[in-house]
Amino acid sequence: MNFDYEEAQLALQETLRRFIGREYGFEKRRTYIASADGFSRDVWSKFADLGILAMPCPSHLGGIGGTAVDTMLVMEILGRGLVVEPYLTTVVLCGGLIRDAGSDSQQGALLPLIAEGDLLMALGHHEPGTRYELNHVATRARPASDGYVIDGAKSVVLGGDTADKLIVSARTSGDVRDVLGLSLFIVDATAPGVRVVGYPTQDGRRAADIDLAEVRVGADALVGQRDRALPIIERAIDHSIAALCAEAVGIMSALNEATLEYLKVRTQFGQPIGSFQALQHRMVDMVVATEQARSMATLAAVRADSHDSAERRFALSAAKAYVGQAARRVGQEAVQLHGGMGVVDEFSVSHHFKRLTMINATFGDADHHLGYVSERLLAV
Amino acid sequence: MHLEFTPEEQDFRAVVREFIDGNLPAEVAARVNARKPLGKDDFARWQKILHGRGWGVPTWPREFGGAGWTPIQQFIFEEESADAGAPMQLPFGPKMVGPVIIAFGNEFQRKRFLPGIASGEDWWCQGFSEPGAGSDLASLKMRAERVPGPDGGHYLVNGQKTWTTYAHYADWIFCLVRTRSDGRPQEGISFLLVDMKTPGVSVRPIVMLDGGHEINEVWFENVEVPMRNLVGDENRGWTYAKFLLDQERTDIARVGRSKAALKQLKGIARRELDGGRPLIENQRFRDRIAQVELELIALEITNLRALSTMAKKREPGPEPSLLKLKGSEIEQMLSELMMQALGHRSIPRGEGSGNYFNCRKTSIYGGSNEIQKNIISRMILGL
Repeated sequence: MNFDYEEAQLALQETLRRFIGREYGFEKRRTYIASADGFSRDVWSKFADLGILAMPCPSHLGGIGGTAVDTMLVMEILGRGLVVEPYLTTVVLCGGLIRDAGSDSQQGALLPLIAEGDLLMALGHHEPGTRYELNHVATRARPASDGYVIDGAKSVVLGGDTADKLIVSARTSGDVRDVLGLSLFIVDATAPGVRVVGYPTQDGRRAADIDLAEVRVGADALVGQRDRALPIIERAIDHSIAALCAEAVGIMSALNEATLEYLKVRTQFGQPIGSFQALQHRMVDMVVATEQARSMATLAAVRADSHDSAERRFALSAAKAYVGQAARRVGQEAVQLHGGMGVVDEFSVSHHFKRLTMINATFGDADHHLGYVSERLLAV
Repeated sequence: MHLEFTPEEQDFRAVVREFIDGNLPAEVAARVNARKPLGKDDFARWQKILHGRGWGVPTWPREFGGAGWTPIQQFIFEEESADAGAPMQLPFGPKMVGPVIIAFGNEFQRKRFLPGIASGEDWWCQGFSEPGAGSDLASLKMRAERVPGPDGGHYLVNGQKTWTTYAHYADWIFCLVRTRSDGRPQEGISFLLVDMKTPGVSVRPIVMLDGGHEINEVWFENVEVPMRNLVGDENRGWTYAKFLLDQERTDIARVGRSKAALKQLKGIARRELDGGRPLIENQRFRDRIAQVELELIALEITNLRALSTMAKKREPGPEPSLLKLKGSEIEQMLSELMMQALGHRSIPRGEGSGNYFNCRKTSIYGGSNEIQKNIISRMILGL
């Protein structure tokens, strides 16, 4: 049992922490959000310089070949800074998916470009009328002369508005909710038939609804085996869930620090409100919940790379459920303990709270994952 | 003991329902039911229609335009209003400064201000909280110094109010100001009425976490307020403020609004799909709806019990604190379940989850839930 990080991991985290501290103040963040892309290309290119975009890129392609634990350290810092750049979608979700399931040629074509900061990607998987189950896909890909033709619609594609390339799930056989029959395709965002409608999200980021009308792709666009994409999708999403858990822990830590400071500084009735025992206990509850969430995020990161997919699935759902519940509690309490300051746009507390709330809604909320853990109880 | 409304109360409900059905503008109801932000016009239109029916200020004494309604009738009206999607009446004029002027104001003030409140022509906002005076309201600092003059003189007002709801629409603001700095803080506060158009008054929007603009900061720089705008006696304002906060608490739990929200939530849960089936068939989610429904059933009965007690005793007790506490928790849970029902469609801006974020204010405003617990602790537990 070893919970220590390696020197190199700590060094990277510290470098990133200093960078975020310098370049990602709360007001600067506002300007990035207000820009045309909704994030800063300059910050993105600095991320490339720092090496964090090269995490999923194997070393034989010039990358870091990092693990989910490496990602966890990065995500915690990005969480603290409420960083809106599309790290999760491009690097963790799509980069990880291509690393795990892409052909040598696909890896060589995409991962170095991601590492250099020259390629943004998004996963188009969820559809209108579905909830959190991953097998529900109505988008279809029918074979054509030299590839496939894709028709369907994708809903709330995170980072979908600025992605250069999309990884799109489509059914090559079976019924809408069948577990077999899904395939993944790499699609240019500017390909004929692709219609991207982008919009802001509640937490200062962007997403898109994407229509695919007779979109033609070559045979080499297929990622992995035809009809067998679901395990690939699950694994990529599990990596992202681990990353989101780490991001949430970073946000919760930042909220705890801000709330503690407020309790010390805000005076009413002639004393700091932190002198009221009722509030002290609630602050303690926040800290305890965050420590527990950190443990679950650690479990998630270690298990995300597991080759035992049942073990991986269980751990990741357990973590997402737990962290979702903890984040809800910490977020709501942080807002409440800040009084009126907690519900205004001008101060960062509400922005942390909104991001935590959106993390919970991403890739399955706490109830969804609690349901998975609960189902597994029946099987034991 | 029985839980039924009397035949007269049921007739009253039918009359109210018929009037609202026939007179509530459809586009206003649509906005209310969609939980979209309302404009000044939405509130003002409806208030004017109610006023035309004699229902603008129904619990005021008849001599000032009231309809002589009992607390139960007021409760029924609020429930029917919520069910139909009528805008909630903003309390600042009709339920706050109006009753204070009736109880403590003079003839001039009643004649000058009450008709405009009843008709909705005069829009009021509440100048109580300050950056340094939230829960500890008595520590407020905005000062009003007497300046002698030929007309009886005026007050010179300097300071800042915050969290002022709809100050940007308001014609008038009622303020607690400091007229004396020595002695107990509560004994140096006065109740002053200020015209928002007075030179020196400025309004700065405060954007809330859902991106909306409801609240403001109001700044007072050498604002001259005529002496005749002082309500009651100088330095007795804290008493008037306590009176104000004890008034019109029939809807503090917002039972009618929450019942309407619960209905909406069930509709959403029937419409949203989970694994190809309506979300309401998901037991975990349905249990959460059932849990909040239990809370709301209990709250409604507690509310009606409290109204019966308040009607008999006419004395403020701890009931409003309990009602506010539970009412806000239920409102928040309903908003959270509505967001949760949307699944990943809660992520885009401009769709369902804005209301969840906005509702975080309900446990903070109107006396935070922590303060309400202190009041209950003091009044019920004697601790």
